[in-house]
Amino acid sequence: MARALVVGAGPAGIAAAGVLVRAGADVTLVDENPRPGGQIHRRPADGLRIDMRRLLSRSLEAYDAFHAKADALCEAVDYRPSTLVWSARDGEAHLASDSRSVSLGYDALVLATGAVDRVAPVAGWTLPGVFSLGGAQVLLKGQGCLIGSRTVFCGASPLLYLAALQYARMGGDVAAIIDEAPFSAKIRALPQMASEPGTLLEGLRYMRALARRGVRIVHGASVASFTGEDRVEGVEIVRRDGTRETIACDSVAYGHGLKPESQLAELAGGGLRYDPDVRLHLPETDEDGRLLPGVYACGDGAMVGGAVAAEISGRLAGAAAARDLGLLPDADAGRASLARRLGRLRRFQRGLAIAFPWRRHFASSLDNGVILCRCENVTVGEVRASLSRPFGAGDVNRVKADTRCGMGRCQGRFCGPAFVEIVAAAGGSDARPGRLRSQPPVKPLPVAAGSAP
Amino acid sequence: MRNEMLVPVAPFDAPLLTCTIDGRPVEAQAGQTVLTVMLTNGAFVRRHDVDGEKRAGFCLMGACQDCWVWFSPDRRGRACTTPVVDGMRIVTSASYGGGDG
Repeated sequence: MARALVVGAGPAGIAAAGVLVRAGADVTLVDENPRPGGQIHRRPADGLRIDMRRLLSRSLEAYDAFHAKADALCEAVDYRPSTLVWSARDGEAHLASDSRSVSLGYDALVLATGAVDRVAPVAGWTLPGVFSLGGAQVLLKGQGCLIGSRTVFCGASPLLYLAALQYARMGGDVAAIIDEAPFSAKIRALPQMASEPGTLLEGLRYMRALARRGVRIVHGASVASFTGEDRVEGVEIVRRDGTRETIACDSVAYGHGLKPESQLAELAGGGLRYDPDVRLHLPETDEDGRLLPGVYACGDGAMVGGAVAAEISGRLAGAAAARDLGLLPDADAGRASLARRLGRLRRFQRGLAIAFPWRRHFASSLDNGVILCRCENVTVGEVRASLSRPFGAGDVNRVKADTRCGMGRCQGRFCGPAFVEIVAAAGGSDARPGRLRSQPPVKPLPVAAGSAP
Repeated sequence: MRNEMLVPVAPFDAPLLTCTIDGRPVEAQAGQTVLTVMLTNGAFVRRHDVDGEKRAGFCLMGACQDCWVWFSPDRRGRACTTPVVDGMRIVTSASYGGGDG
């Protein structure tokens, strides 16, 4: 029986696993979280009595539908929650749970590894109370807690509005939303965002609901620093006319969109291609998600697109894997319409990249004293000094070896996007950013996992 | 400013547990993560290895590794993805090995 290994139990992984199990594959579904859902459909912890209708409002229906499907599927496959796939290559994957490490063979590997926040480092971003924007949502859904009693939501991301609204619905005090993208960028993005009018309207509804609640929204100002001694006490912003203001708060949700968790795709031998719209390296797949023979990437882990795009790309990748395994006929009546829908969603996503652009010019504007690498406390100045040495400039991996920037426990997940821009800027203003190479294990393992059970 | 960082807005209907943070007994509930327990009882989870500055985690989803603490004398890992268990002795990195806490 053909063995399919699906990594990740969010919308993409559940969709892919569903197609594969219906086609007759022997499916193992491995997920880092204790329950299916990924981040978008994260379930409250056992015992948490949180009013999901109040929190999710209209999105409750999609949440419930997902979980009904996911629960049934997890019964039908070899489902392994709270387990990390820390490397995979040439038909063998390496898994670690709390204290055990096992290897697992596969005939098809479907990577649905999701995404994490992309964040632009700024002075004070390591202060307690400054959290990633996605994390602020995850904590509320999963643990029923707000990150603080008065919160500033800032950065450049459509999630700013949704997260702030969810906080407001649950009784949070939203001090302000600082949307670094100017309003003109949103107007410029309209033609592409019109490809998904429903999603566009939903975003506008969030903005209106926040305005009705009297939440202050500032467009086009940038975050200059997070202030405070032992914990965050304010967000200093600079408006485009140069005026500054510090907004008092005890917590900050900060993010610049999402970036794929593409480490396993790279370790499995897949190619990565630079995408100039989002300024990230993304797994290079065909339309169906084929990364290399027998290996597929889908969902936000392949290209950030949200839950609906993730589900569709998961179905496409699952079907491609089933076809390649000889479990489904080559001709597939539903494929073309799924691919068309995915194309529209991708176009919308490119619109979002224009509406909420990644702050790339900060490479030249950041002060030398700003911590770039949170893990190793490497500053922007240390990276610039390395670049100015005769042997330095050029490859980001050499600068990493020289400075330890990106060498800490997170393996460059959070400093990486800014780090590569700073290195690229040294090579000229239009230089294309490089990328940090991934290393196994993709996350630190408990020591006990290295030994046999 | 409040002493604690996080604000619970929904109750846990789960068994009460006791654990300690740097030796101080605190109440917790099954289903909470170590990070939730620490940040509903304080405003940081660890001191940074390099400069001793306080950190309270960042990504809250197991990716940034900025919330590593000791759970008992011999185990260490992410506070944000580790469920609290009864009797757990949570130690911020600073006080491990006789630091200044």
